Amino acid sequence: MAEGVKPRVKVPKSASAGEAVTIKTLISHQMESGQRKDSDGNVIPRSIINRFTCDFNGQNVIDVVLAPAISTNPYFEFDATVPESGEFTFTWYDDDGSTYTDTQSIEVS
Amino acid sequence: GAAAAMVLPIRAFAQDAPMVGELAEFTGGAEPGTGDITLTAPEIAENGNTVPIEVSAPGAAEIRVYALGNPVPGVAAFTFGPLAASQAASTRIRLATTQEVLAVAKLQDGSFIADRKEVKVTIGGCGG
Amino acid sequence: GNWGRLAAQQVLTQDQLLEFETFGNVSLIHLTDIHAQLVPIYFREPEINIGVGANKGEVPHITGADFRRLYGIEDGSPSHYALTYDDFAALGKTYGRMGGLDRIATVVKAIRAARPDALLLDGGDTWHGSYGCYHTAGQDVVNAMSLLKPDAMTFHWEFTLGTERLLELVGQVPFASLGQNIFDAEWDEPAEAFKPYEWFEAGGQKIAVIGQAFPYMPIANPGWMFPEYSFGIREETMQETVDTVRGEGADLVVLLSHNGFDVDKQMAGRVTGIDVILSGHTHDALPEPYVVGDTIIIATGSNGKFVSRVDLDVRDGKMMGFRHKLIPIFSDVIEPDAEMAAQVAADREPYKAELEEVLGTADGLLYRRGNFNGTWDDLICDALLEERDAEIALSPGVRWGPSILPGQPITREDVWNVTSMTYPNAYRTEMSGEFLKIVMEDVADNIFNPNPYYQQGGDMVRVGGMGYRIELSKPQGQRISDMTLLKTGEAIDPARNYVVAGWASVNEGTEGPPIWDVVEAWLKRNGTVTVGQNTSVEVIE
Ligand SMILES: [Mn+2]
Ligand SMILES: [Mn+2]
Repeated sequence: MAEGVKPRVKVPKSASAGEAVTIKTLISHQMESGQRKDSDGNVIPRSIINRFTCDFNGQNVIDVVLAPAISTNPYFEFDATVPESGEFTFTWYDDDGSTYTDTQSIEVS
Repeated sequence: GAAAAMVLPIRAFAQDAPMVGELAEFTGGAEPGTGDITLTAPEIAENGNTVPIEVSAPGAAEIRVYALGNPVPGVAAFTFGPLAASQAASTRIRLATTQEVLAVAKLQDGSFIADRKEVKVTIGGCGG
Repeated sequence: GNWGRLAAQQVLTQDQLLEFETFGNVSLIHLTDIHAQLVPIYFREPEINIGVGANKGEVPHITGADFRRLYGIEDGSPSHYALTYDDFAALGKTYGRMGGLDRIATVVKAIRAARPDALLLDGGDTWHGSYGCYHTAGQDVVNAMSLLKPDAMTFHWEFTLGTERLLELVGQVPFASLGQNIFDAEWDEPAEAFKPYEWFEAGGQKIAVIGQAFPYMPIANPGWMFPEYSFGIREETMQETVDTVRGEGADLVVLLSHNGFDVDKQMAGRVTGIDVILSGHTHDALPEPYVVGDTIIIATGSNGKFVSRVDLDVRDGKMMGFRHKLIPIFSDVIEPDAEMAAQVAADREPYKAELEEVLGTADGLLYRRGNFNGTWDDLICDALLEERDAEIALSPGVRWGPSILPGQPITREDVWNVTSMTYPNAYRTEMSGEFLKIVMEDVADNIFNPNPYYQQGGDMVRVGGMGYRIELSKPQGQRISDMTLLKTGEAIDPARNYVVAGWASVNEGTEGPPIWDVVEAWLKRNGTVTVGQNTSVEVIE
């Protein structure tokens, strides 16, 4: 597992039923492209987050495939519809097989 | 919220990773048309290593982004689930040099539309 | 000499300079790009200021006699001296220095006497550009400006004080710090310390002043000094901001801009609902507003030479008419304001001996402004070539830095006025001919890209030891040719490495002595320096 990988998300605490809310996510990750060389001229192997998903109460909001051209500390911003109170689940998939998840609950009134 | 990390059984690294792939793979060689798709990007990148972009294509099933001047053009593929409030997303990308960024959307009827934007990557310096 | 001064004083009076028939119900006062010039200076306007694309031959890209004909300015008149470049040395002796914050204070007070609720708006590039500003990290300018009491300000070089000091000063000043395009880089949200706009009431009207900081700060200046922030033109959020304030009942929408003139002109044609753009950054001074549709653009020059007064008739949420004057600050004619003079003097006092030390004399006019070269930059390049033992020298095409008349002693203050910055290291490095060409092409496109939104508002990098040819209408990568090493007359070899000295690198960790020490050492060795004609750049329009 890559060192020091830390997900952060911004989700409103509450919304009204059916409202669209803006979600922002960041994850600290070097996103090694596989195209750089170290000081000895050896290619540094690719090591990136290759997929990111956001689901709400088991239903999908967005599913992203990332290539090495996504910047260090991948950032995503998108809009979700919240039909009822519940929990967002965010999942980042690392090339090394690790996954990182974060959850955020939202109160719908 | 709770942040957690867990280690899954080691898979076979990168080759198992989902890929954005080539433009031709996505469109099946079809030339994308114009339509309701917007790619927003800065005129000049503040830093070529992290260029903010936004794609929006109302009603699209999938949007892919390509940096046509990068050694590997594929950047990202966005698919939108039933709870997406819009077919739009923002991210930050690496641009090796001044180039055209291309966003291509696959619509529900299987057709493709595209928008493009020139982003300048410069060495910088000087000023008024 | 004194004879000339007396003559000028007979020609010009303070009453004449301030003469203005108050109009409408709202007054705006604009001051911009003073670059910490708190005391009067000489400043020669550019001879070469070429517009490209749609701006070819359009203001502000008109200079000299053409400019005077366009605006009906008489040859040899005070306006000739203030607004155009030719005969500068002779006219400078007649009409004297311009600017000085104590004179500006007199003008501002006079306008406020006529219209007590006039809004004073500072376009930025204020806390940068002098020995005192550097040594007090902006405090001397902030002290003076706090006395002048602007209502709002926007920013550019202020960010090169570094985030920590900038925020300290922003927290200290008694006016609004604005920038609708200043964003937090991490979460892409409007930066907390800078409001996008501020509300004012004047003449019974609800006025929204929107700020626009310099869009390309992390590119033109070292982004590592303020990594928390992201800028950009952000035309979409500008339109949203205008729509928001209109929706909240703004009678008048003013954009306090540091975009640069051509960018403002393009923005005025694409963003609807802005009444007045107070334009800064490109240092243009225009005696009349430039009109784009329903928007007027005001350009107030630089270095404290001018103050703009704009009176507006605002009724029923509409700007019905305007009256404008670009007030030239002739320092021998306008009475200094005593309170401001005392403040400036007190802040200069600790540095008096250092400021006044004479380092040399020039036998010709030293100036900087112009697209390709200026004698001040030629001097700096000569100093870099000799003191750093280099084949080629590069000096940034900045637009600030006052002029020196022929025979005028060059003091340490004068050297700092053209070099002061927080990243002054004079590097010495090797660059391949190929890389030099890339650098030149890159900078050229930042100035001559036909789309103003791709321009950064500076001038071409100044080059010592190397000549070149530039074709302005060619695309990026094809403008520069015939690069020649002047010492040998040989063409620059893309594959060879050249020893290059320069300063103002935006790269973190750049090593070398500060540029002012390099120039000072060179001046002290040379005493009186001869300023030659620079013919090493061939320009094809
Ligand atoms: Mn300036
Ligand atoms: Mn500026």
